[in-house]
Amino acid sequence: MLDVIDLNIEFHDHLTPETVVYDFDLHLEEGEIVGIVGESGSGKSMSALAIAGLLSRKQMKKRGQIIFDGVDLLTCSRNILRKYQGKDISMVFQEPMTSLNPVKKIGWQVGESLRIHTELKEEEIHDRVIKMMEDVELQNPEELYDKYPHELSGGMRQRVMIAAALITEPKILIADEPTTALDVTVQAQILKLLKRINEQRGTAILFISHDLSVVRKLCKRVLVMYKGRIVESGPVNEVFNAPTQEYTRKLIKAIPRMEKLSI
Amino acid sequence: MQKFKSNQKLYIGAFITGIMLLLALTGTVFTPYDPNAMDTTAKFGSISLKHIMGCDNFGRDIFSRVLAGLSTTMSVAMGTVLIGIFFGTLIGAFTGYFGGMPDEILMRINDAVLAFPSLLLALVFISIMGPGKFNVTIALGILFIPGFARIMRGEFLRCKNLDYVQSARLMGASDLRIMFVHILPNTLQVMLSTVAIGFNNAVLAEAGMSFLGIGVQPPDSSLGRMLSEAQTYLFIKPGYAIVTGMTIALLILGFAMLSEGLEKNA
Repeated sequence: MLDVIDLNIEFHDHLTPETVVYDFDLHLEEGEIVGIVGESGSGKSMSALAIAGLLSRKQMKKRGQIIFDGVDLLTCSRNILRKYQGKDISMVFQEPMTSLNPVKKIGWQVGESLRIHTELKEEEIHDRVIKMMEDVELQNPEELYDKYPHELSGGMRQRVMIAAALITEPKILIADEPTTALDVTVQAQILKLLKRINEQRGTAILFISHDLSVVRKLCKRVLVMYKGRIVESGPVNEVFNAPTQEYTRKLIKAIPRMEKLSI
Repeated sequence: MQKFKSNQKLYIGAFITGIMLLLALTGTVFTPYDPNAMDTTAKFGSISLKHIMGCDNFGRDIFSRVLAGLSTTMSVAMGTVLIGIFFGTLIGAFTGYFGGMPDEILMRINDAVLAFPSLLLALVFISIMGPGKFNVTIALGILFIPGFARIMRGEFLRCKNLDYVQSARLMGASDLRIMFVHILPNTLQVMLSTVAIGFNNAVLAEAGMSFLGIGVQPPDSSLGRMLSEAQTYLFIKPGYAIVTGMTIALLILGFAMLSEGLEKNA
């Protein structure tokens, strides 16, 4: 469904051009969950932003192809790209505290994609929003509809973000470290929610994280990135049980384990 | 709510401004006497029950003239601020959001306009278009655009890379929708206090221009014009200058406190 072929991303806002992603390849099937892991600065978020079409086109050069539905999202015009954004490809950001507009009501923000992509009436949007909010396990959606983001906790906001991303029933959901800013219990709930959404709706998820234990729980396939390159890829079990690269081995060793703690 | 309670400036400012606004509104529909009707028997008439602020050199009721002048001054200031904030926001939004070459060009033009003393530029406009209430509003309005544009540009620049704007872009929102539906409401706080300060400057500018005789023309009364008339008779009838001067001072004070209160509340 989605094919990324030889994606290279180069920054040109300094004197010397700097490449942050080299020859990134990815194939995403319908209903699949693929994880991208790597340390900070490994280029995983950059690749995701490029797929989402969010990299501004001025100070950077991108080569390669991002083919979705037979259209190259990398070279098509902004107007065509916009038809896919929010409708077929959605994204959830890392920071639930800042990803919601502080002066707009929750319900309005969840329904925004529908307002952009469909001709639905305000009442129909309201109903869809309420249903979607129930679906992401938000309590009292009718009450929440008229609240502002600052009245919600981090976990609730992340659910709101997920609801906003899924309301148009996209084919791909890009989750860029969606659980990093949350505490462990809420993290587990959000992961469960993502898994359930994937199973029920068949939404493919591109899950980006630096937390290998999370990727292991959620994903079927995984790409390991280091310094802008994919160093290893394959089914999660293979990569975790028999890593072929030194870097992957180090990453796996870095997963904190309970028994190692000596308190 | 807590913040509102401790914000005395906001309250006092709103109170003074409210009273002034009320007086100005009254002035547009009702004045005790015709502000331009002369009564030669009441020349420099002193304070009495009939004329609570006395009469001027033509025997016109000063209180009526203050009311009418207040409404003229306020409507000029409001028109000025409206023109300024409307075009300022438009220019600021486009330059701040899109950046690049148009931004550079417009902002350098902005700098050039800002570099001139505003009264001098107003003089130029007035000498081209001719004096009068309407022309003064337009001239001052144009002068106010660069200042507003600069501030609004800063706000749009600040907001355009925030997460929620990125997320709106990701939903496929058009640039116009992002600018005016997603970002604009977030600039309201800054916009409001800028408008309050701008209103003050507009009142002062109008009063100054009318004082110099290039603003509102007789028979329309304006506070600045009255002040310049009162100046001639400062020793014969000091009350005239004091009353008009105080009105301008109160108007400015009210708005200054209001804008400070709004900023503090932000």
